Amino acid sequence: MALLSKKDSKLILDPLADNNPITIQVLGICSALAITAELKASVVMALSVLFVLGAGNVVISLMRNIIPSKIRIIVQLVVVATLVIIVDQVLKAFAYELSKTLSVFVGLIITNCIIMGRFEAFALGNGPWKSFLDGIGNAAGYGIILVIVGFFRELLGSGTLFGFKVLGDPVTKTGLYSIGYENNGFMIIPPAALIVVGIIIWVQRSRNRTLIEEA
Amino acid sequence: MIEHLELFFKSIFIDNMVFAVFLGMCSYLAVSKKVSTAVGLGAAVIFVLGVTVPLNWLLDQYLLKDGALVWLGPEYADYDLSFLSFILFIATIATMVQLVEIVVEKFSPSLYNSLGIFLPLIAVNCAILGGSLFMQARDIPNLGLALNYGVSSGIGWFLAILAIAAIREKIRYSNVPAPLRGLGITFIITGLMGIGFQSFGGMLTGDNEPPEEQTSTTVEAKDEKEIKKELEDKEKTVSYNKVINK
Repeated sequence: MALLSKKDSKLILDPLADNNPITIQVLGICSALAITAELKASVVMALSVLFVLGAGNVVISLMRNIIPSKIRIIVQLVVVATLVIIVDQVLKAFAYELSKTLSVFVGLIITNCIIMGRFEAFALGNGPWKSFLDGIGNAAGYGIILVIVGFFRELLGSGTLFGFKVLGDPVTKTGLYSIGYENNGFMIIPPAALIVVGIIIWVQRSRNRTLIEEA
Repeated sequence: MIEHLELFFKSIFIDNMVFAVFLGMCSYLAVSKKVSTAVGLGAAVIFVLGVTVPLNWLLDQYLLKDGALVWLGPEYADYDLSFLSFILFIATIATMVQLVEIVVEKFSPSLYNSLGIFLPLIAVNCAILGGSLFMQARDIPNLGLALNYGVSSGIGWFLAILAIAAIREKIRYSNVPAPLRGLGITFIITGLMGIGFQSFGGMLTGDNEPPEEQTSTTVEAKDEKEIKKELEDKEKTVSYNKVINK
């Protein structure tokens, strides 16, 4: 890419796979799992985090030299909380139904460890442009996992994608349902998300054996 | 009394912080390698939730809610400051955690030694903010219930981290497939435990006697979201009860 130097594009691409915030760094799991029963909610959540993390990283990076290190946690919380309030109000105004489904999980972006983690680990020590790229990269890595989990849970659990009945109608028995296919209600319940993420981790670490943990 | 008991068991088992709503997963996964540290963190979570949820309930009731400012005078009745709740809740939590840390260090050094290192970690634990936000979303009616909700959610979280830490200590001796070792298997075990906890869903709705029914509907009418989420479960339990009644 001409726009980005090799180092910069590494900032974006690394968190997508080999340094993924969810499967490798174990950050931001809290909100990741609860809202992935539908693909739509997952995508909106991923976009919200993308906005908050991208913008927050830039703000913190700009202020990094004037924040006293003793109160930096509070300053970070205030910055995140402000950005999250913006997201929440926008969602309430333009996508009210969706903001109902996400309920408290929009607010929980504030305590999403991925955000504080990136602020601490990256934005406090790097310039705004690099921090922006890092924020976007990590949020995208988070979003990818969310979308994968949401895709499988909605497809296998309700037979729909974004609310469209892609596998046919379970009531009138069209499509796949005509040959006796049934939705797996197990995928809708919350614990299924954990198992799907566990399987993603399994697949990822089987492909890249350097990521395997000792013990 | 009965509603206290009901909320207590509901928050521990049915709406368990970890297994039903996935709150505090980050520290749950990071600090569950040893039982002793897990107990320390769990105790700190119970404590902080027990302090911050009632506090935020007061804030919500007298400052943030639609029309909450009416105690200042009738001209303030139209104010709705609820959009500020995120920032105020998190500020309260961060301050309280800091305050608790200082107080505990001063008065009980032994408690500080066991809890102290976990307290700063807790300020950004999603379970704490989640507790306050769920308290707000579910319209907990009075301060006593708010305290109850905070403490019992904390106990639920404590149970979860204690259980997973114990399992992880044992599983070290098992032959887990290499790519699943560590994080992967922990996820899957948590999922399986969550499925186990789902079976508690019928605990309070299972009783069909009229007086019981009344109290349970008053509590449950308040959390519509909850009902939506557990609709599937309830349908199952209802049909289950029918089978049993027959």
